[in-house]
Amino acid sequence: MQRSRPVGDVLLHVDDISLSFGGVQALSGVSFDIRKHEIRAIIGPNGAGKSSMLNVINGFYHPQQGTITFMGQTRKQMRPHEAAAQGIARTFQNIALFKGMSTLDNIMTGRLLKMHGNFLAQLTWVGPAEREEIAHREQVERIIDFLEIQAIRKVPVGQLPYGLQKRVELGRALAAEPTLLLLDEPMAGMNVEEKEDMCRFVLDVNDEFGTTIALIEHDMGVVMDLSDRVVVLDYGRKIADGTPDEVRSDRKVIDAYLGVSH
Amino acid sequence: MASDANRDQREALTEAGFRPASADTFPKLLRFQAATRPGRAASREKTYGIWQSWTWREVADDVRDLACGLHVLGVRGGDKVAIVGDNRPRLYWTFVAVQALGGVPVPVYQDSVAEEMRFVLDHAEARFAVAEDQEQVDKLIEIKARCPKLEHIVYEDPRGLRHYDHAHLSAYDQVQEKGRVFAAANPGFYDAEVAKGRGGDMAVMLYTSGTTGQPKGCVLTFDNLIATAENAARFDRMTAEDEVLAYLPMAWVGDHVYSFAEGYVAGFCVACPESGATVLNDLRELGPTYFFAPPRIFENLLTTVTIRMEDAGALKRRLFKFFIAVAKRSGSRIMDGKPVPLLDRLLYRLGDLLVYGPLKNTLGFSRVRVCYTAGEAIGPDMFEFYRSLGLNMKQLYGMTEASVFIAMQPDGEVKRDTVGKPAPGVEIKIADGGEVMFKSPGVFREYFKNPAATAEAKTADGWVHTGDAGYFDQDGQLKIIDRAKDVGKLKDGALFAPKYIENKLKFFPYIREAVAFGADQDRVCVFINIDMQAVGDWAERRNIPYGSYQELAARPEVYALIKANVEEVNRDLARDPHMKSSQIARFLILPKELDADDGELTRTRKVRRRFIGERYGALVEALFSGQTEAELKMEIRFEDGRVGTLSGRVRIEGAERFPAPDESAGPRRLKAA
Repeated sequence: MQRSRPVGDVLLHVDDISLSFGGVQALSGVSFDIRKHEIRAIIGPNGAGKSSMLNVINGFYHPQQGTITFMGQTRKQMRPHEAAAQGIARTFQNIALFKGMSTLDNIMTGRLLKMHGNFLAQLTWVGPAEREEIAHREQVERIIDFLEIQAIRKVPVGQLPYGLQKRVELGRALAAEPTLLLLDEPMAGMNVEEKEDMCRFVLDVNDEFGTTIALIEHDMGVVMDLSDRVVVLDYGRKIADGTPDEVRSDRKVIDAYLGVSH
Repeated sequence: MASDANRDQREALTEAGFRPASADTFPKLLRFQAATRPGRAASREKTYGIWQSWTWREVADDVRDLACGLHVLGVRGGDKVAIVGDNRPRLYWTFVAVQALGGVPVPVYQDSVAEEMRFVLDHAEARFAVAEDQEQVDKLIEIKARCPKLEHIVYEDPRGLRHYDHAHLSAYDQVQEKGRVFAAANPGFYDAEVAKGRGGDMAVMLYTSGTTGQPKGCVLTFDNLIATAENAARFDRMTAEDEVLAYLPMAWVGDHVYSFAEGYVAGFCVACPESGATVLNDLRELGPTYFFAPPRIFENLLTTVTIRMEDAGALKRRLFKFFIAVAKRSGSRIMDGKPVPLLDRLLYRLGDLLVYGPLKNTLGFSRVRVCYTAGEAIGPDMFEFYRSLGLNMKQLYGMTEASVFIAMQPDGEVKRDTVGKPAPGVEIKIADGGEVMFKSPGVFREYFKNPAATAEAKTADGWVHTGDAGYFDQDGQLKIIDRAKDVGKLKDGALFAPKYIENKLKFFPYIREAVAFGADQDRVCVFINIDMQAVGDWAERRNIPYGSYQELAARPEVYALIKANVEEVNRDLARDPHMKSSQIARFLILPKELDADDGELTRTRKVRRRFIGERYGALVEALFSGQTEAELKMEIRFEDGRVGTLSGRVRIEGAERFPAPDESAGPRRLKAA
């Protein structure tokens, strides 16, 4: 695949991350990096620690050990809103939208960190607040157009089919104009056609906006087609890291997925 | 340019009152509209959630730049330019830009697969193609190798196309930009090109979706299109104040005349929806004054309304029910100016305030002055429903070869089972076999590169075969009953039109498909397929147990239900002197649903009557021989490709037939189906 922007320097580096919940060791000593403009997949069997890894990256979980370097800034602990302010946006495995709000409003919430007017100004909608909202709305409309969800602009999200909700969630993440986009199983539960659509959107996001993407996915076909590099976790440890072809033929990966006879 | 425009304005308008006679091509009409109403909106499109408008002046400038850009790209007089995409203002402008250069636009159905597209482009010898987006460009690139004449593709939406090889690919904006530069350097060029156009020139080539064989390229001239558009616009008193939504395929003649030709003639504004999925929303926001849709669209709208009302609160539901009943009683009569009791008139007023008005507003029909349906027969219930709300819904009959209009219903003379009187300027005759033939200013010039087909369709003295059978009723309105080749005769010589009978049956919600037999027989018999969903619901509400379609179809209660429907159809047929012999004598309910996988239906769900007649030969024989039961044993194909056998006994029932109503004491007022 040709790309508008070549894969660049390291954007995010996770170093020796360990995370445990009580006695459960979710991640132990995981290190890898994500380069600018690349699509990086994180795969592994159920319970391998993939979602935990994403949660660590966006500051939701605080690892007991290890550091994260994002755009040259090293940190040990961070809160999710700080991660968001730094340009990390994400979608969730189980959709986390505001069900009663329209598609438009949901995506608008993704602009929250970009809004500067104070509460009172927004409430009374005077001069600058109005201008600001118009500017944000325009950005949101571009995303709606990009994701081809014009028809559901004003529909409450709770009424939408699953595949569309996933797309709205992607829209909300994009509204934050992220540098790094974390997608937690973006194609889970979709039919083939929906998956194809979603793949195209992921590729287009990467290509048009140059957004770096880290995604967790179970569908190996999708992973192999989309990603530049793949990191494989099993029982909280990294067992392989490399291009889709390297990973596919890796003995440890095959064993992790198919099991080994003891 | 300015002096030209002034001359246009001073020149007297033609009889129809829309344009000077010198404006005999679309590029000239555009120039005329830009001079007469420069500041009025000509096109609208919703982008990024906001309606954008272009005035006639702006459109004229854009078209000029585009035409010059296409000239720079190499488009010359006589070149065919394929246009592929959803309804977009820029694609409509491409029509005019190509025509200005003496080229011929060839719109292609946007949902056609690559192979269909290849046939059209190859046959039309298109040198250029203008496509909407990546999806269409991909198809064009796929077929390019097999369309040797195709040189260059222009695309409107650049998304996803950045990395394509641009040796034979250009963006619309760039073409237009080059044209702007060219126009500035050659100020007289465009006007000189436009002036070369003549009314008798080829304006557009529309490929008719061949139900049999390959599509044929129907060549229409400017005279064809402008004359028919003018007649139709006058017929419905269209003005520049009108507004339409262009949402039907651009390659279809109906859209070409409604959303393009009539707009350029009458100077009204044509809006394009944001996307195919948003049509209903856009309809509501725009509130068009002129609306055209096949019955299917009205059916979908009615279903939405019905479902929404079933979910509404009890008060709303009762209000709706009550006022819809009022509307049914007096709505169409009020619209047609017929006498209505004062109380009903007042109630209707109130209903309009409480129910009809808000409902029409929700559907986007608040401002609709004229609304047409055509293409297929429309259900009487549905037709009545919309008319009773005060929507001026009418029917028309047309085809590509006529530049649409053959017959249309005048205001106040609307009937649900006719297609109207001959359209202005159209002569209609019924040939010996019952086939409808016509002659009009809109008659196509020829089928492109297909003189044999042209000769077959058009007689030497200009009459065109429609291939449809029909007759004029007592009010002089044309009634289309079936394809001429399917129409037969009963033994007593009476007309037998199977589709006409089948359609009447299919308007009942419990009947999904029907197949009528009777050619060269002494009576008409039918096969019926019940609608599993509707009859299933009906049975559940009555505690009638069933395990499968076959079981449900054999229940005596279901037979009784269907028999009532059949007799209703018979009553209706009895009223029509041409059709009274076609009343259904006997019927049976098939134990199996007709299926395209078994070859019983076409992929577009049309029954293949002859094939079914052969496949179920034993049943047909039993119907006509008077048995009350028949044995059926046959092979069926499951969806996964396995083959099984179906066997069982099928009941056959008779139905009552009625004498013509004036001779009987039977029910006077026939309930709508």
